[in-house]
Amino acid sequence: MTTTDRVTATLLLNPTVCDGRGLCHHAAPDLIELDEWGYPLLPGGGLRADLTKAEQKAAEDATHACPVLALHIERRK
Amino acid sequence: MGRLGIETRSSLSMHLSEHGALPTPAPRHGKTPGRLVAELERSGLRGRGGGWFPAFRKWNAVVDSSVERGRLGRTRHPVVIANGMEGEPASAKDAVLMASSAHLIFDGISAAAATIGATDAFLALHRDSNLLPILTKALDERHAAGIDALPISLVTPPARYVASEESALSHWVGEGIATPVYPDRPFQKGAAGRPTLVQNVETLSHVALIARHGGDWYRQVGVPSAPGTTLVTIGGAVQEEGVVEVPTGTPVRDIIALAGGLTEPVRGYLTGGYGGGWVAADGFDSTAWDPDAMRDAGAVIGASVLWLVGESECPLNEIARVTAWMAGESAGQCGPCIYGLPSISDDVHHLAMRHMNDSEMKRLEQRLKLVQNRGGCKHPDGTARFVATGLKAFADEVALHLDRRCSAPLGRPVSRPGTEGSLPVPAPRLALVDISGRDFE
Repeated sequence: MTTTDRVTATLLLNPTVCDGRGLCHHAAPDLIELDEWGYPLLPGGGLRADLTKAEQKAAEDATHACPVLALHIERRK
Repeated sequence: MGRLGIETRSSLSMHLSEHGALPTPAPRHGKTPGRLVAELERSGLRGRGGGWFPAFRKWNAVVDSSVERGRLGRTRHPVVIANGMEGEPASAKDAVLMASSAHLIFDGISAAAATIGATDAFLALHRDSNLLPILTKALDERHAAGIDALPISLVTPPARYVASEESALSHWVGEGIATPVYPDRPFQKGAAGRPTLVQNVETLSHVALIARHGGDWYRQVGVPSAPGTTLVTIGGAVQEEGVVEVPTGTPVRDIIALAGGLTEPVRGYLTGGYGGGWVAADGFDSTAWDPDAMRDAGAVIGASVLWLVGESECPLNEIARVTAWMAGESAGQCGPCIYGLPSISDDVHHLAMRHMNDSEMKRLEQRLKLVQNRGGCKHPDGTARFVATGLKAFADEVALHLDRRCSAPLGRPVSRPGTEGSLPVPAPRLALVDISGRDFE
């Protein structure tokens, strides 16, 4: 396992806050897809997605793009 | 004759002569909960609200969270909420229990409050419930007799399906808003941010018996993995719909016999309620009614509902009616629920109407996966499971419908949500369905 595929953080989505504006997808199209109703799909399909070092930058871009603060990154210690 | 006494409605004096007074529960000391938690662990009691989670673990979790100080170093005193909402339209067990054995439930609340050191205690039931006068009267009796160290209050959240979910109940008690909360869990941050024990009323009535007779006595009945008795709501193609109390592990066919047997051959069963799942008839009646055996049989014990669909009915019609109702019960917080459930409901409606083609069927199957694990509560997951298990259990009927046919002799058209059908769907708001035949006043 190389340093780039080690899990360094977790991306968390709060679905009760998310409005489906889709800006996360535009900021990080390779990480976050949108479903047929315009709501984000994290890798794995749930509300938590483990991030490798390589994915962390995209996750930060998506998190910063969200106007309603529905995304959150939890870093591993 | 069961342990919970659902056959008769008892006043406080009848309750005391039947069960004796509740022994004064040992109170919590600092980080240590009262001794009743140890008895709960011995008893193996698991929650009867649907999750069948070990009760002692939940109580310990509430005590542990309340030891952590809140903001400004303030102690966070726990809250107890007895869940008598019975959001499942196909379930009637909690209503029957509250009507007959209210004092057993209140004893359980009192014992729980002392054991975990709660400073507020509530019983929650649907705003429209016709049990309100009975429970108010029972509380008045207890107040006059001075038997509850901590006074218990009744709270009446709106009669909505998701309002009975435990974070929604805590939200209602704390803030007066009956929507589910994410991601905080009630045992950590519940009503007004305080650690909150939400426990189903049937579970609390078992607690009242364990407080009197101990964990070893409790285990004498039922299966070792989920001991005791359990209330079952049985309905559909049986002679006498109603609520029965049976030891866990009772075979399904014996529960059907208690309901007077079948009215016609059965083609499938709904288990657990609308948040549960369907199973095909083949051999299912030999399954034991306990959470693990049910899961192994592809069923869900959930809120302990058993609904039988007879051969004369098209189960897809019923599934379409209920799915439409479930879609309308969304709290409107999460996109996959707000948009996903109505899309799924439309698809199922088309299938029931025999208007569906293969590509639409594939889209439905994708949508059923798409809405799972993406909500702040499990409402979308439960609805998707209700539909997905139905499509599987009645695969032959699905194939007929895709071929523009239907097996039901009368080929009944799909009724609109809330209109006449077999499975109970409240319309437009929940009126308690008294399927026990008892007069609730």
